[in-house]
Amino acid sequence: MTGRMVNISKKWGFHGIEALKNASPLYKITMGFFALLALAGAAVGVHGMIVGYHHVYGVSRQISWGLLISTYIFCVVTSTGLCIISSIGHVFGGEAFMPIAKRAVFMSIVFMFGGFCIIFFDIENPFRMAIWNVFSPNFVSNMWWMGTLYGMYLVFMMIEYYFLLEQNHTLSRLMGFFGLVVGIAAHSNLGAVFGMLHGRPFWYGPYLPIYFIFSAAMSGGCAILFFTTLGWKINPDIMNQRMERAIKAVTQVTIFLISVIIFFTIWKIITGMVSEGKHLVIMSFLTGEYATNFWLFEIFLGMVLPLLLLIRSRGNNFNLIMFATGLMMVGIFFMRYDIVIPGQIESVYHSLGVVEEAELLTYTPSFHEIMASLFGIAFVCLAYFSGEKILNGHQLEKHEIVPEGGYICLGCGGIHFMEEGETEEDAMKRHHKIW
Amino acid sequence: MKFPKIHFDDMKNEGTGSVTAHERRKFLKLGLAVAGVYAGGKILSLTSIVGTAHASSGISIVKKYPYNPHYSMVIRQSLCIDCEKCVDACNEINNVPEYGYRTRILTKKYTGSLDKQVEFIPVLCNHCNNAPCVRACPTKATYKDPVTGIVRMESKKCIGCKTCMLACPYDARYFSAERRAIDKCDFCWDERLSKGDTQTGCSAACPTGARTFGNLTDPDNIVYKLIHQLEEQIWVIRPADDTKPNVFYMKGNMRSVDNILNEQKFKYFDPNKS
Ligand code: SF4
Ligand code: SF4
Repeated sequence: MTGRMVNISKKWGFHGIEALKNASPLYKITMGFFALLALAGAAVGVHGMIVGYHHVYGVSRQISWGLLISTYIFCVVTSTGLCIISSIGHVFGGEAFMPIAKRAVFMSIVFMFGGFCIIFFDIENPFRMAIWNVFSPNFVSNMWWMGTLYGMYLVFMMIEYYFLLEQNHTLSRLMGFFGLVVGIAAHSNLGAVFGMLHGRPFWYGPYLPIYFIFSAAMSGGCAILFFTTLGWKINPDIMNQRMERAIKAVTQVTIFLISVIIFFTIWKIITGMVSEGKHLVIMSFLTGEYATNFWLFEIFLGMVLPLLLLIRSRGNNFNLIMFATGLMMVGIFFMRYDIVIPGQIESVYHSLGVVEEAELLTYTPSFHEIMASLFGIAFVCLAYFSGEKILNGHQLEKHEIVPEGGYICLGCGGIHFMEEGETEEDAMKRHHKIW
Repeated sequence: MKFPKIHFDDMKNEGTGSVTAHERRKFLKLGLAVAGVYAGGKILSLTSIVGTAHASSGISIVKKYPYNPHYSMVIRQSLCIDCEKCVDACNEINNVPEYGYRTRILTKKYTGSLDKQVEFIPVLCNHCNNAPCVRACPTKATYKDPVTGIVRMESKKCIGCKTCMLACPYDARYFSAERRAIDKCDFCWDERLSKGDTQTGCSAACPTGARTFGNLTDPDNIVYKLIHQLEEQIWVIRPADDTKPNVFYMKGNMRSVDNILNEQKFKYFDPNKS
């Protein structure tokens, strides 16, 4: 048994609970805080479940998806995004992206579980789901596909992670590929859960499935940057030339993806303004109830400011990157909220011109909803902080990223190959044609 | 018989008012008793070939309705006085908790009109033939009854994801904590129709006859007569969602009500003349 433990610790970079015990007091306090928050969230959630959600949740008959669904979406979007961005490296062989793989896949699994924690407290009969999803499947229901595909996605990601730890890169790559395909299917289908509801013009159409994929990639880039730079704060050892190069590459991709999402958002607003069904909601973004959410959080904190800061960071000012992506995570949270809630604020009978539904509907998250969402978020944080310690900063071993006969170039951080009888120095000179 | 050609796509989707008398005739010539009703709700009053000439071929027309009995409700909107007796009856019969409702009455105010200032619009589940809620439900907990076309619930399968509530364009569903499932109008199937009644709770309770309920496949039934008459326009709510509802609306002024209840002759369109 001990023999196996030693083996795992060497191979997986598994440092065991010991590593947690040796953490600094501040670290322990942080973890304790998130542990308590998760416990409190779960307790409040269970309380809501016992007394009945309709007494304690802010959702209503007409706004039936609230904060919990939007936080769930935040989590699964981030999870899919982590999978997409990390696959550039370890699935498609984009060598610069390889060092981020372990942490990204780990966090992708964690976020998925976080999402499941949250939706557990939204679905009224979660236990029935396990039975009837299997015995009474409705193949034309997006909701059915959502459960099924995300379930498969999670399984693939876990197998992939196992093989990553085992350093079996052929199988982890294969699983990563399946995970990516299923993840993209699951995620665009999540967009279609909204996009295929005729009665809700703000959501209806092919926009959301497409937007969800790009938006996920953006969130994924942001999350990798944030969690890696935070990991660097926790343990500076994780940074090396390879990692620096990876961060630079992810920063570039993220900058590109933010620009793409800005472009999506601009057209959403412009086309929405001339659409009868979307006009009211769009106006509530621009000048109405959701203006703060939209302008301050979604646009400024979620996209414009991070874009400027990331460009400024040049991909090597890690403090700045951490700050920018931290803000961006907050902004992205509001971005998800702004998809879910405003899609429901116009009553289906509003267009009938009746007195009862003349006003836009309103929704405020209740204490129970906030706590149940925090349960999932705190779980993610807790898992992250434990992971950094127990898994020793998700470091890859040198031979995992450097193929036989190659070496990491001290100059450029890339991988070079030595020719017969050459030394590393000769090879570097040859590659960079210094003389 | 040579069928005249109708360009469905060219027709405007602005309620029945935009359909010309000429187009109506063309429709009737086609014998589109049902097609009219189901072509998205835009040509609703064009469904009739009842009455004189085609009475004998009634059965073949009837066959075209997808269900039998095909339950349907026709709401004669201007007869509703907002007494809410229907809502009370529904709540009592179906044990609707006080935080929920299966049907309700909406109020529409008119300014600048001389005769009517206000109109009441009863709304309920439309038992859509193309029901978005049924498509959305992951576990088939809500389904279209293959015989009657009533959209019903199998409560034990409902996981409470609430997707159907958002899919429904008529706000007809709510989550019932007592049933631990979504609750909705089932045309009183469980409490009345399956026990032999022919009226829903609300239609039986309505003192003015604003709600008429019946079988759309039976030429003697009042809903059949109301749907297939030519005098008054019939429409559905939110036709653009293409749900193909089975709850129809008409103004239903007293004269036409009398006509129907007293079985007076209508100005039926005679397809043999043109
Ligand atoms: S709430 Fe129940 S009936 Fe509605 S979609 Fe979900 S499982 Fe189906
Ligand atoms: S009105 Fe709503 S609940 Fe009723 S069948 Fe149509 S979509 Fe379903």
